[in-house]
Amino acid sequence: MHGRVKVKSTAQQEEEKRKEREKKLKVYLSARDAVFSKKSNGVLDEEALQLTQQLLSSNPDFATLWNFRREILLHLETVKEEEEMQKLYELELLFTESCLKVNPKSYGSWHHRGWVSSRLPRPDWPRELSLCDRCLSVDERNFHCWDYRRFVVKASGVPVSQELRFTDRLIGSNFSNYSSWHYRSTLLPLLQPGTPSPCRKPAHVSPTASPQTHGHRVCEEQLLKEYELVQNAFFTDPNDQSAWFYYRWLLGRAEREEMISCVYVSREGERVTVAFSKLVNAPAEGLVLVLDGQPQQVEWRSVHPLFRHSPVWLCELPPGSISDINNEHNLTVHWTEKHTHRDCALYTGRLESWCRDSATDQELFRSELSIEKTSVLQSELQSCGQLLELEPQNKWCLLTTILLMRALDPLGHERETLAHFQTLKEVDPMRSSYYSDLCSKFMIENTILKMEYAEVRVFSLSDKNLSTLCHLDQLLLVTHINLSSNQLLKLPPQFAMLHCLKVLEADNNAIENLEGLYQLPKLEDVSLRNNHISKLSTLEPLVSCPKLIRLDLRGNPITKTANIQAELAQLLPSVTDLLI
Amino acid sequence: MAADNLPSEFDVVILGTGLTESVLAAACSRVGQKVLHLDRRNYYAGNWASFTFNSLLSWIQEYKAQQEMPSTESDQAWVGKIEEGEDMLPLSSVDSSIINLEVFSYASEESEDEEVVTPSVANSFPKDSEAANEEPSGSSVEPQHSDSPGDRTQGAAEPPKQETEPSEACKNRQMPETQQSNQSEESDKQEQPITRPAEAPIELNKRITYAKLLKEGRRFNIDLVSKLLYSRGSLVDLLIKSNVSRYAEFKNVNRILICRDGRVKQVPCSRADVFGSKQLNVVEKRMLMKFLTFCLDFEQHPEEFQGFSEKPFWEFLKSQKLTENLQHFVLHSISMADQEILTEEGLKATQHFLQCLGRYGNTPFLFPLYGLGEIPQCFCRMCAVFGGIYCLRHSVQCLVVDKESGKCKAVIDTHGQRISCNHFVVEDSYIREEQRTKTSHRQISRAVVITDRSVLSYESDQQVLVCGRVRECTCTCAPSTDLVHLTCPASGSAREDLAPVISNLFHVPNRSEETEKPLALWVMYFNMRDTSGLDSSCYSLPSNVHVCTGPDASLGCDYSIKLAESMFNQLLPDEEFCPPAPNPEDIIYDGDGAPGEGASFEETNHPLPFWVFHEALEDTVAKDTLFHNSD
Repeated sequence: MHGRVKVKSTAQQEEEKRKEREKKLKVYLSARDAVFSKKSNGVLDEEALQLTQQLLSSNPDFATLWNFRREILLHLETVKEEEEMQKLYELELLFTESCLKVNPKSYGSWHHRGWVSSRLPRPDWPRELSLCDRCLSVDERNFHCWDYRRFVVKASGVPVSQELRFTDRLIGSNFSNYSSWHYRSTLLPLLQPGTPSPCRKPAHVSPTASPQTHGHRVCEEQLLKEYELVQNAFFTDPNDQSAWFYYRWLLGRAEREEMISCVYVSREGERVTVAFSKLVNAPAEGLVLVLDGQPQQVEWRSVHPLFRHSPVWLCELPPGSISDINNEHNLTVHWTEKHTHRDCALYTGRLESWCRDSATDQELFRSELSIEKTSVLQSELQSCGQLLELEPQNKWCLLTTILLMRALDPLGHERETLAHFQTLKEVDPMRSSYYSDLCSKFMIENTILKMEYAEVRVFSLSDKNLSTLCHLDQLLLVTHINLSSNQLLKLPPQFAMLHCLKVLEADNNAIENLEGLYQLPKLEDVSLRNNHISKLSTLEPLVSCPKLIRLDLRGNPITKTANIQAELAQLLPSVTDLLI
Repeated sequence: MAADNLPSEFDVVILGTGLTESVLAAACSRVGQKVLHLDRRNYYAGNWASFTFNSLLSWIQEYKAQQEMPSTESDQAWVGKIEEGEDMLPLSSVDSSIINLEVFSYASEESEDEEVVTPSVANSFPKDSEAANEEPSGSSVEPQHSDSPGDRTQGAAEPPKQETEPSEACKNRQMPETQQSNQSEESDKQEQPITRPAEAPIELNKRITYAKLLKEGRRFNIDLVSKLLYSRGSLVDLLIKSNVSRYAEFKNVNRILICRDGRVKQVPCSRADVFGSKQLNVVEKRMLMKFLTFCLDFEQHPEEFQGFSEKPFWEFLKSQKLTENLQHFVLHSISMADQEILTEEGLKATQHFLQCLGRYGNTPFLFPLYGLGEIPQCFCRMCAVFGGIYCLRHSVQCLVVDKESGKCKAVIDTHGQRISCNHFVVEDSYIREEQRTKTSHRQISRAVVITDRSVLSYESDQQVLVCGRVRECTCTCAPSTDLVHLTCPASGSAREDLAPVISNLFHVPNRSEETEKPLALWVMYFNMRDTSGLDSSCYSLPSNVHVCTGPDASLGCDYSIKLAESMFNQLLPDEEFCPPAPNPEDIIYDGDGAPGEGASFEETNHPLPFWVFHEALEDTVAKDTLFHNSD
């Protein structure tokens, strides 16, 4: 049509582009070959520098070339003056900058820049910082840049407060930024408070004080500011998880003190069982067992061959050392690595004895959730409650509320906690199993606490929708356990920690695996009615339980197997009372 | 080059270079129509123009001259050009779209060397310790207030001593202060990432004199209409679609302010704003976010606003458990609506606002780097690239109407040349009263205020302020001054409408001694005719004469763009409206018929600092692809 601007057709354009590409490729390949031949001949001259620059500017991710470049530069350092090198390295910085424009996430370019910065005779750190700022303003989640920035900050000694302001700014412009929140969490503990009093004691000051000590804590004044900041974030957008994660970090989580939490000794089998506050590999920890002042040569083994690290370890004393019920014995287990020990006295006429922390240890589980003061937690619980009123369906808020309630008063809030878990499973069905497991964990914790208060050795948690078992090391002394009418799929290997267990009731579950019923020396009575046990091999672990006399397998698929009675009798000859 | 060199045949003749006309010119030229684009003024963009302070003073002077001796409409020149069976339809040679122009200057008349520190102003710059240390000068000269605006205008219009050469002025129209963080993505990329933004030199807190305003005059970009681009509005979409965006650069507006109970506050409109807001408590934050989230897809939840469809928006807001503070924010600063707007429209406006957020920044608005007047010029440039011919200071005296068909066959220009055309597009202000069927017009009240600082201290330079029905835009201009635009639908003269707002927001000398408010240095009031809403039934004109109405009172430019598109569809129903322009390197030049042919009529005609399209195809300096469609 008249007057129209004629435009090249697509085929024409394609052809031109193709030719252009071919030409480029040719140049690129010949330059590459030239560099490789120089490299193999060990020619470290400026021409090689030139060539690699040419190649890297079109492909900044060619790691070999960056390495070659560094080789050349190191060589040049030996022949050139410092002033010349300063210039050369400055050019190098300019060059990496142009490469970063091509690919702001190029590993090679960032690494090279870091290397050059550390070689530079007179580095210009403010310039590097502003480069990072620019880069992060384009993409606030460029982790390469975050890494480089941390390197620059460290090298140039930027004060913590200035870095905090930097994260303030980034969080202010977009708080969905894990990098910023995380950076904050590393900065806050470094912040020196004006007065030391409101701050928590560092962990090593008094190692025996309480399990609440923690090495990296933040001073209280700053902490309150952080709570405000993070509340602003989750009230603004309660579905943004980055703020919630930071909040969880703020609420804190104490590491339990490393200690021997329980020593149990039994004349029967002349066995000593030791529980630790964390997983250990006992043979490597320098454990020394002293019986009546005599160090004993014993062999420590974990409760199940699967565990190299376990919180519960046991050993057999030399035969005859404590078998006489008329003798009194004093037993000490030393943990030489941690300079701690625990004594246990076995009195005349007693078949067994144990020594454990006398405190029922409310903090045992609370410390896992939060180490904040009650008043702080109360006010945090209130603001979560406020948000929950506005957003009754918000999973993050629900979960955080549960955690706060548990940290404050796990038993008092039990009913609300369960209700919140129910809501959670409804609003977030994708994670319902996670919530079930977490709920099970909390239910077990509560039951352990109740048991401690009642000072009994019976653990009963039936009909509570348990989906998993945990904290089994805390049940070392339990003799009777009732787990009926739950949703358990297995008795995990950790179940072997229940070394005092005599009676197990686990009817009406979906158990199909009995791995944990392993070498339980006192186990007599096992009831597994209405479970999913279908194979004879499943029952094999029971062979290792010498005292088993009663086994109830009614309602399991295995009962349909032909000849089962005979086979079971053969497998478990000790069982006299078999119900199928 | 004499204007009688103009070709005598065109497909479309367009008179007026405002936004609608320019878009239409570009659209027609783009699809191969031969376009002649004229404007009687010596600058582009008509009432959409942006001026430096000095050229604004010339504009005021011209206005006054026109008021004093309205040129008589002479009907003589074209008589010889009319043939048998033809009628003539004269056009107006007087632009009466601007009325009630008044100018007040409160800036000190002293010469620059004797600048005095005013203690009142010093308070506003807490950072500037030097200023605070200066001795408080009780002798600050009482700013003169001119009772007769005319006098002041006369004074103002005196030829400024140090006026830079026009061409240079054009080159130097940069705003160094704005080069910091708040630019469009494109200009960010162009800069070297390591160059640290130059610290703005700490201005000594000296009183700004009138002489200084004149000296720094070219740093100002004062818009006649104060509008912004919604970042998902039709203008931005068009700029992207047509590739016209390559001719301009944009900045993102940084913040939106609201004036409530006499205090200026920042409106939290984005997620980051809400998060950072100190005025809202956490519950308010949640309520606001919840409401805004609902607005984003309010159509999906009709049950939420059921029963409010006939009720005003504010009633709905009340029902949403929003605090009074939040209701005010939403109604006035986010939906940008007035009190009467209905619920559904209010929701729509809110939704549009929200959809525009985050495309280019934390507010929904873009602003052309050198003033709104850039935009019509960009479209003119596109028109010229595709062969359109431009003449400024060149108008049409009358239309030649074929008696039989009743259509406009040709036009006779101010040089008496007869130019035939198929379509004639004309801006409303060229139409004589006798061709109108409706003679009453709405008016827009405008005020332009040059102040010594921002209404809410902040390091930013771009903000929109909404208070009640008056809307303001400010953007940094000369160092240590601030420009505030006020716009509202007129109920009286601009001064009557807006003077109360100004005295509320600014410290106007001679009125009171409040010190915490910025000082108004120079104020201009005028009314602009609001012809938006007029359609072809409001004119008695031939069917192929199309009238473009001028700017409307709203904040965005959508009205004018939609008008241009619908007019284009009327003119050329089978053609695409502004298809993407090809890249310059993909255009095939065939010998003599370079597409830029004839586009250089103008050089000799207007010496003003607006660029001329003599390099129709040079694109190397243009900024490419400012807009990346972020989604």
